[in-house]
Amino acid sequence: MALIDLGKKEVHCKIVYYGAGRCGKTTNLLYIYNAMSDNDRGKMLTIDTKGDRTLFFDLLPLNLGKISGFDIRIQLYTVPGQVMYEATRKLVLKGVDGLVFVADPLKVRQERNIESLDDLRRNVADHGLDLKEMPLVLQYNKRDLCDTPVPTLTVAELEHDLNQEYKVPGFEAIATKGPGVFETLKEISKRTVNYVANKHLFSK
Amino acid sequence: MILTAETVDAVKSIVNDKLISENVQTVLVIDGAGNILAHCGQDTDGLDAISLAALTAANFGATSQIAKLIGENDFSLLYHKGEKANIHFARLGGEMILVSIFGDDVSLGLVRVRVDEIAEDINKIFEQ
Ligand SMILES: Nc1nc2c(ncn2[C@@H]2O[C@H](COP(=O)(O)OP(=O)(O)OP(=O)(O)O)[C@@H](O)[C@H]2O)c(=O)[nH]1
Ligand SMILES: [Mg+2]
Repeated sequence: MALIDLGKKEVHCKIVYYGAGRCGKTTNLLYIYNAMSDNDRGKMLTIDTKGDRTLFFDLLPLNLGKISGFDIRIQLYTVPGQVMYEATRKLVLKGVDGLVFVADPLKVRQERNIESLDDLRRNVADHGLDLKEMPLVLQYNKRDLCDTPVPTLTVAELEHDLNQEYKVPGFEAIATKGPGVFETLKEISKRTVNYVANKHLFSK
Repeated sequence: MILTAETVDAVKSIVNDKLISENVQTVLVIDGAGNILAHCGQDTDGLDAISLAALTAANFGATSQIAKLIGENDFSLLYHKGEKANIHFARLGGEMILVSIFGDDVSLGLVRVRVDEIAEDINKIFEQ
């Protein structure tokens, strides 16, 4: 749930990067962290990481400048993608305002992407939210793998699997190198801030 | 949630009066999503309040799952004792959590009593 502080003129929103294990959620946050200046980013918190697998969550607070006189503060979270951490994913989704679903293009992960999106829909529903009504964007990550011999899915196939119902923007990305990372962040931030402003500031 | 300056000031004044005046170093009021609603007391050097709030919210969420596993509805407070610093977490009504950080010069008993005293008042202020 977003926080609007009228005294300090700040809007705080929570955006969660969701997706199957190893799809590149933590890599997105690391790329953003490294690319932003100290003034615009807070400390990146990565907890309980075993090897490079997220066991609890990552958090990166950002300042995205001013809109209508309000300072926009965004907190980016990732969930642990591995199937067994279901309860943790649900905890991290508490109070979520916007979502990025990161999809893995590996053919062997096709089912896992679909299951993870289903799991997201159920988990937000458990918090009383409808994924269809929420700010959501898709990211088709690891596009660099498509130039290698490993069997991968085309964007059209991913759209067919994941975006028929939601019809939201999808961005091709290579989170390790940067393409698509800020395009994804910009679009979800814009949608989230609009959603929060409409819901809380202009609804009365 | 929409916070006004009046709400924050009213909460801060209660916290200052009952906890900070007794030498409690820092008090945070946070919500279930990990947002900081009010930050009182010393801006302890190097205290990363944003991370502390996010971890506290997640930790409370995890603890309430643990409570359910042993047939409790929830644990309403948590306490960790360190060598120099101690931290006390109490659930206010709803999703809000009050976090108090204090040194050895403050007794846990006093913190508990005071937090109990002010919990309802703070709730009322946020409900308005
Ligand atoms: N080739 C390639 N590898 C990537 C890309 N993005 C991430 N990776 C790699 O994929 C692996 C997993 O990335 P993470 O960011 O840790 O994945 P995650 O989604 O956070 O995984 P969990 O924490 O287990 O849910 C790492 O070895 C990354 O370097 C990409 O765009 N291209
Ligand atoms: Mg991760």
